[in-house]
Amino acid sequence: MSDTTLDPVTTPPPVDTLTPAQEATARLKELHPNIVSDDTREGYEGLIVYADSITEVAKSLRDELGFNYLSSVTGVDYLEEGKLEVVYHLYNIARGGGPVVLKAQVNRDEPVLPSLTPIFPGADFQEREAFDMYGFNFLGHPDLRRILTWDGFNGHPLRKDWKEPFYEEENKPFGSRWPDGQVFRAEEHNPYGKNVQYPPGWVPTGDEYDVETDVYLGLSYSRDSTPGLKTDKVTVNLGPQHPSTHGVFRMVVTLDGETIVDLKPVMGYLHRNHEQIGERNTFNMNMPYTDRLDYLSSMSNNLGYAITIEKLFDMTVPERAEWIRILMVELTRICNHLWALGFLLNDLGALQTPMLYFYLERELILDFFEATSGARMLCNYMRFGGLAYDLPDEVRGVPTLKFLEELIFNRLPSVLDQGDDLITGNEIVRARAIGVGILTPQDAIAMSTAGPLLRASGVPYDIRRAEPYSYYEHLDFDVAVRYNGDIYDRYLIRIDEMRQSLRILEQVLPHLKRTMGAPIIGDKPQYAMRAPRAGESYGRVENPKGELGYYVTTKRRSGNPERYHVRAPSFINLTALGPMSRGYKIADVVAILGSIDIVLGEVDR
Amino acid sequence: MTVANTGAIAGDVSVPDELANNVFITNIAKLLDPVYNWSRRNSIWPVTFGLACCAIEMICTASSRFDLARFGMEVFRATPRQADLMIISGTVTKKMVPTIVRLYNQMPEPRYVLSMGACASGGGPFKEGYNVVDGIDKFLPVDVYVPGCPPTPQALINGLIALQEKIDQQSISTAPWYDKKDPTAGLYPVPVLGPDLVDVRQLDIIRQEATRYTPENPVRAAEAEPTEPPDVEDAPKTVEPQ
Repeated sequence: MSDTTLDPVTTPPPVDTLTPAQEATARLKELHPNIVSDDTREGYEGLIVYADSITEVAKSLRDELGFNYLSSVTGVDYLEEGKLEVVYHLYNIARGGGPVVLKAQVNRDEPVLPSLTPIFPGADFQEREAFDMYGFNFLGHPDLRRILTWDGFNGHPLRKDWKEPFYEEENKPFGSRWPDGQVFRAEEHNPYGKNVQYPPGWVPTGDEYDVETDVYLGLSYSRDSTPGLKTDKVTVNLGPQHPSTHGVFRMVVTLDGETIVDLKPVMGYLHRNHEQIGERNTFNMNMPYTDRLDYLSSMSNNLGYAITIEKLFDMTVPERAEWIRILMVELTRICNHLWALGFLLNDLGALQTPMLYFYLERELILDFFEATSGARMLCNYMRFGGLAYDLPDEVRGVPTLKFLEELIFNRLPSVLDQGDDLITGNEIVRARAIGVGILTPQDAIAMSTAGPLLRASGVPYDIRRAEPYSYYEHLDFDVAVRYNGDIYDRYLIRIDEMRQSLRILEQVLPHLKRTMGAPIIGDKPQYAMRAPRAGESYGRVENPKGELGYYVTTKRRSGNPERYHVRAPSFINLTALGPMSRGYKIADVVAILGSIDIVLGEVDR
Repeated sequence: MTVANTGAIAGDVSVPDELANNVFITNIAKLLDPVYNWSRRNSIWPVTFGLACCAIEMICTASSRFDLARFGMEVFRATPRQADLMIISGTVTKKMVPTIVRLYNQMPEPRYVLSMGACASGGGPFKEGYNVVDGIDKFLPVDVYVPGCPPTPQALINGLIALQEKIDQQSISTAPWYDKKDPTAGLYPVPVLGPDLVDVRQLDIIRQEATRYTPENPVRAAEAEPTEPPDVEDAPKTVEPQ
C-alpha cells in the first residue's frame, strides 16, 4: 500500500452543480405548478403534493425524470395540526444521489388518498403498513388489509392519541423511575394483570374471533386452460412455525399439484412495536433497539441510526471512529452473508454441513465483537458522533491488530475459497438453483427490492456508491453485480460481496494502525441529548440485506423523536416473493425465500 | 459365597472384597428412576422453533463451536409431536402466542419449556409494546428461565443443564403424565385474537370490566383503579429504586 492512501482523509469542497434530486424537484414544480409546493416548515425539505394528485406526480417522476425507485413510504401523525401525512422517498437508480421527497397531507378524520401501487408495486406492503398503523385508506390498493397486527385489532396504534395497555407517559424517562420514583410493575395497574386492553363496553361473545378468512381472499383458484387432467387447487399454510421460514413467517400457498399458483406472505408474528416504543424513547435509548431489528447485523443497524441522528444534530465524527465503523460494518456484512449462505444451502437440502463450516469463522468475528463491545450479537456499539469504546488490546489472547490481520488475510479468504470449492460447482446446487426464482431487473426496481436481491438481477445499485456515507467514497471496491436474477446468482453475489468486503477491510487496517489512540467520539459523550432544531432527517445505509433507512422527525429542544420509522429491507424485499415463486414447485419456494435472506426482526419490527 | 440376586437388599448380601468394585446390588424400585431419568436427560429433543434474536444464539449453540450434541440435544425436531422441549427463544407476540400454546398442547408428555432471554421471560425491552406478551409464563408453565438479551450459548447450555438437574429429581412413580384420570390434563387453553389478545380463562374479568367501563363512561384500563392482578399476587408491590 502506498503512503498516499494513508494520508488523513479530507473532504473535497462541494461542487456547484445541481444534484439529480434538485433538478427533478425544480422540474416537478414546472410540470405541476398547482399541485406541488415546497415544504416550508422549519427543518423540513421536499415537496408537499396535493394528496389526490399524488399518482400524477409519481408518474412523471418515474417516466420523465428517472426517479423510478420508490424506496420508502411512511405515515406521520401531526396531531396538533389535525393532519396525517404520507412521506415518499424516491431515488434515481441510474444517476444515484439523494431522494426526491414527496409529502401528501390528509385530514385526520378522513385519511383517503390514492394508492401508488399501480405505478410502484413496491408500495404494496408499505401502504398496508401505513393503513395498519394510521388508518390511511389508499384507494385502488389491491389488498388493503392489516399487515403487522391482525384483522379485528382495535385502533391504529401509531396514531398519537392511541394509548397502549401499559401506557404510562408520553415520553421517557418516566417520572415514576427517576430520580426518586417508585418503580412498579405495569401489570399492577392493569385489571387483567396482562398487557391487554379492550374497547370500553366490549363483551366477548365467542364468534368474533375468526380473523383468518380475509387472508385467503383474492388467492387465485382459477383452473388452467391446458388440456389434460383437471385438478383442484389446494391451499397450504407454510408457517408461522416451519423450519424453512427462518423464523415466524408464514406463506399461504395455493398449489396445483406441486406447482405454485399463488402465494401470499403473512407477517406480523414478531411485530414488537419498534416504532411506537422508539417514539417514547429518548434518542439515545433507541440505539440498543436498533440492534434488534436485523439481529444478525446489529452493527450496520447502529450505523444507519447514528448517521440519521448525526444529520439531525449536525454532528461530526472523528476519523478513527469512521474507520472503526467501516471495519465493524464490513465484518458484519461477512457475518451476515456467511449465515445467509449457510441457511440457503440448508434450504436447498445441504442440511447443516455447509452451515457448520461457515459458522466456525463467524464465531471468530463474534469473538472480536464481544471483546470490543461486550456482546456477541447485539452490540449497541455506536453512538451519535462516534463510538462507545475503542478497540480492545487483545482478542482471544492475541493483540487486536494481529487478530484482525489473521482474520482478514487468512481465515476469511480461506473459508470463502473452501465454500466456493465445495458448493459453487456442486451439481445438486446448480440443478436446484440455476434458472429458478427469476426476478427481472425491471421487476426488481418496480418492487423496490434492495441489496443483493436487486444487484443479482443486474442492477448495480449500492448506496455505498450511489449516495456515499462515512468514508466509502475514499475506498476502492467494486459494486458486485450478477445478471441472471435466479437463486444461483443470489448465492454467487453474496460470495462476491464478501470478497469486496475483504478488499475494503484490507484498506481499513493500515488506517486503524495510523490513528491508534486518536479520539473515537467527537464531543463529550452525552446521555440526555436534545435536538438542536426541529425537523426531519432521513438516513440510509447499505445493510447486508439491502437499503436500511431511518426517518426521524422531532421538535426543537425535544429529547424524543416525534416520528421514528424504519425502512426495513427484508420487509420490502418480500414484495417480490409472490411474483418470483409463481410457476415453480413448492420445494423451490423454500429456496427462493432463503435466497432473499430475510430476518423477521426487521420484517415485522 | 452368596451371589447377589434380585430382590435382595444390600445388607443381606456379602460380596468378596476382590469383587466389590464389580458387583452392583440394587432393586428394581431404586434402579428404575435413575435409568428412566438418565435416558431422558441425555436425549432431550427440542422443537425447531425460533422466535427472534435468541433463536440465532440457539442455533449457534447447536452448531460447531458449542455443539449441543454433547448433551444429546442436537436433534431439533420440526414437529412438536416428536419433541420433549420447547425453547421459547425470543419475543412472544400476541399474534404468535395462540400458535405457541397450540404447539405446546401438541407435544407429548413429558415435556418441558425453557424460556430463553429477557423477552420470553418477562417481555424484556419490548414489554411496553402493544403487541407483546409480557412473559410466556402467563400462558405456559416454564421450567427454566435463562436471563440475557440474548443469552450467550454458554448461558443457554447452563439452562439446559439446570433442566437436566430438574429431570433428575423426577420419579416415574409420581410423574403426573402417567395419571390417566383426566384426559384433558395438560391441555392449556389457547388464547384467541379479538380486539386484543383474549385469555379465555379471564372471560369473567373481561365481562366484569365491560360493565364498569362503557362507551359512555370510557375510563381506560391503564388509568383505572389498580386491582389485584390475578397472576402476580405473590409479587412484591413495589421495588425500591436502586
